[in-house]
Amino acid sequence: MQHNIYLYILVMATVTYLIRVLPLTLIQKEIKNKTIRSFLYYVPYVTLSVMTFPAILEATNNTYAAAGGFLLAVLLAWFKRSLFQVSIAACAMVFVLEMFL
Amino acid sequence: MKTINNSNYIDGLKSGIPIAMGYFAVSFTLGIAAKKVGITAAQATIMSITNSTSAGEFAAISAIAAGTSYFELAVMQFVINLRYMLMSCSLSQKIDRSFPIIHRFIMGFGITDEIFGVSVSRKGKLNPYFTYGAMSLAIPAWAMGTMLGVIMGTVLPGNVVSALSVALYGMFIAIIIPPARENKVLAGLVAVSMVVSLLFSKLPFVKSISAGTKVIVLTVIIAGIAAVLFPVEEDDTDAA
Repeated sequence: MQHNIYLYILVMATVTYLIRVLPLTLIQKEIKNKTIRSFLYYVPYVTLSVMTFPAILEATNNTYAAAGGFLLAVLLAWFKRSLFQVSIAACAMVFVLEMFL
Repeated sequence: MKTINNSNYIDGLKSGIPIAMGYFAVSFTLGIAAKKVGITAAQATIMSITNSTSAGEFAAISAIAAGTSYFELAVMQFVINLRYMLMSCSLSQKIDRSFPIIHRFIMGFGITDEIFGVSVSRKGKLNPYFTYGAMSLAIPAWAMGTMLGVIMGTVLPGNVVSALSVALYGMFIAIIIPPARENKVLAGLVAVSMVVSLLFSKLPFVKSISAGTKVIVLTVIIAGIAAVLFPVEEDDTDAA
């Protein structure tokens, strides 16, 4: 490596921080436009859904174990269990299923 | 006010526990990858503290190993992490406006997929101290996991790492499903998003789109269509 690793880290940290902080600090006023407000309201649901599925199926050693964890998480979340419980249950499900699959 | 900030901070810590667990597992594998290309524990840890972005760091590690230019690395990080910009826009409307701008500079540092997820799903306006609570467990766990991954990559058994790697997804599910149960539009939106996301990962041509770009494209299109078809009433947008 003829490049400096710390300079690399500085470059990536700067770019990433600017992406994160600019909208947050530049858009301080309340947006009145109903369509934009609705769009921003829907953003997290779409983003998190797209990121979760089907990525979760490829995250573990076994796809079926991951699918089991996914279904259990949806079920528990439906019955409003806490973030922590849902998360742990999904991990436990994968751990147990992978012993058999 | 001070007690409100405190209780928000504690709530944030609680939400930070599952995030920290998931981060530990993911960053552990990140550390293993870093070690493979000759990055030291100190360098990898600094990278994780200053960036806190899984996809971005994984991509950076291979790019750095290949001796990429600084400019290429900057462009790459911009593209991979662009989704944070959408999240940042969304959060800009959610933050309690009585807090001075300095809080926005600090919170900006902590916008990861997961911290954003728990922050934006708070009832009512967002108190920055909630986000600080989540950050103060999640970011050290991310850094620690990276460091330990470099130092002792082979110690944690593979099946434990595998199981822990669904922790973050479990959290996302716990964030999106309960509101979807109460609101048919959100339920439809979650289902449509997952199906389209699945199609995008299987269909020819589109499946070559990177994960980061896919998230941005699908979010803009699907949330955009939903905003036009199902505009939300004033008061509801705060309850996200």
